[in-house]
Amino acid sequence: MELETLLLRVIPYILGGVPVTLQLTALSFTLGLLLGSLLAAARIFGRQPITALVTGYIEFFRGTPLLVQIFFIYFGLPALGIRFDPFTAAMLAIGFNSGAYQAEILRSAIKGIPEEQFLSAESLGLTTGQIYRHVIFPQALRIATPALVNELVALVKYTSLASIIGVAELFRKTEYMVSYTFRPEIYLISAAIYLAICVPASQLSKKLETRFAIPGYRRALV
Amino acid sequence: MGSPLLEVRGLKAGYGKQEVLRGVDLRVNRGEKVVVIGPSGSGKSTLLKCIPHLVKPLAGEIVFDGKQVGDGPAALRETRSKIGFVFQHYTLFPHMTLLRNVAMPLQLVKGLPRHDAELIAAEALARLGLKDLAPKYPLELSGGQQQRGAIARAMAIDPSLLLLDEPTSALDPELRNEVLETLYGIAREGRSMIIVTHEIDFAEAAADRVVFIDNGLIVEEGDARQVLERPRGERTERFLRRLKSVV
Repeated sequence: MELETLLLRVIPYILGGVPVTLQLTALSFTLGLLLGSLLAAARIFGRQPITALVTGYIEFFRGTPLLVQIFFIYFGLPALGIRFDPFTAAMLAIGFNSGAYQAEILRSAIKGIPEEQFLSAESLGLTTGQIYRHVIFPQALRIATPALVNELVALVKYTSLASIIGVAELFRKTEYMVSYTFRPEIYLISAAIYLAICVPASQLSKKLETRFAIPGYRRALV
Repeated sequence: MGSPLLEVRGLKAGYGKQEVLRGVDLRVNRGEKVVVIGPSGSGKSTLLKCIPHLVKPLAGEIVFDGKQVGDGPAALRETRSKIGFVFQHYTLFPHMTLLRNVAMPLQLVKGLPRHDAELIAAEALARLGLKDLAPKYPLELSGGQQQRGAIARAMAIDPSLLLLDEPTSALDPELRNEVLETLYGIAREGRSMIIVTHEIDFAEAAADRVVFIDNGLIVEEGDARQVLERPRGERTERFLRRLKSVV
């Protein structure tokens, strides 16, 4: 391929998919975070049958392929009269899926806090709301941050599955270009762009960890 | 005998099917220092946690300062704010400085403005020799300093009763002493205390009364010297002998 075509046609075209990839990632991550928080809360505070339902939801979305979930929402739900455009369908599927994972991240972060922390706060006379707001959540969020950023980075890559139902994101655009030029090395360009998005995101995780680290925490682990 | 500050009657508690306390009666008078001893799993820690309902009793009643403990959440929080509680470990909140650890409950529970709460907190820390450590975070401190910080936080609310659940058990021997020194100081102030501990020397020197619990029941109680030196019960004697041979 001539360098000119590559620089002027192929790369700009593929880069045109980046905003869609980022939007899809951001929206499904946010949906997953909201859903995950609710599911984690329901699993911790809820009674039967709510906890059983939540557990079922989490097991279902973690135990079936994301691709199947995307197909189900895009091709399956119209049979029930529920229709989404490809972008919305992909966003919902990835968000619902991520919600299951984020629920588990948040739940295990909360469960990882020693019981004495809760009891100490209770013994001081704090209300349950105050205990969660001032004692449990600030610690749980710090514990959960690396895993949440991990999840965010994973979603950047999962959004490529949306190409299959026709969302014009980064990978869909790559495939157009490959079939148009018959040059499979274009996949490398696409991979490089994903890398350029994901590596800084992982760096962000390290920055956040240092920024919000509990002083002395690392030393305490050693 | 002074007036009773705390009266526990027929207390039963357990986790699931396991019965941990099988009917405990305990009376603590104002200014009295009671040490609770007993083998691990005997229910002594549960007894302490039941007093401010950190563990919900299954039966029996707890009367603190003339009021039944556990009559509604607001009254329960009110009671808790008059009882200081120090756990074996993980008591301080690691994401706050020592000063904030002590000041936060004063703000949230007593409704003090931040400035006033931090003044009182700084004073409470200074009293226990922790003034310089106020801006430090708990995990930057030694285990002994953390435990003294936890005691300072419990003391800052000026509790009528201080409950300590094995405050030295998680510490290295050389750190135990600094915590024990602190506890001797508090004991001399005449505050009512219940301490679950294996520190027999401390019990002998600082306690008015010793209670021996085994298998969920109070087996023996009485004057500290008498119980520790001339226990009446065979089980008490065996327990003390084992404890002394370890130390």
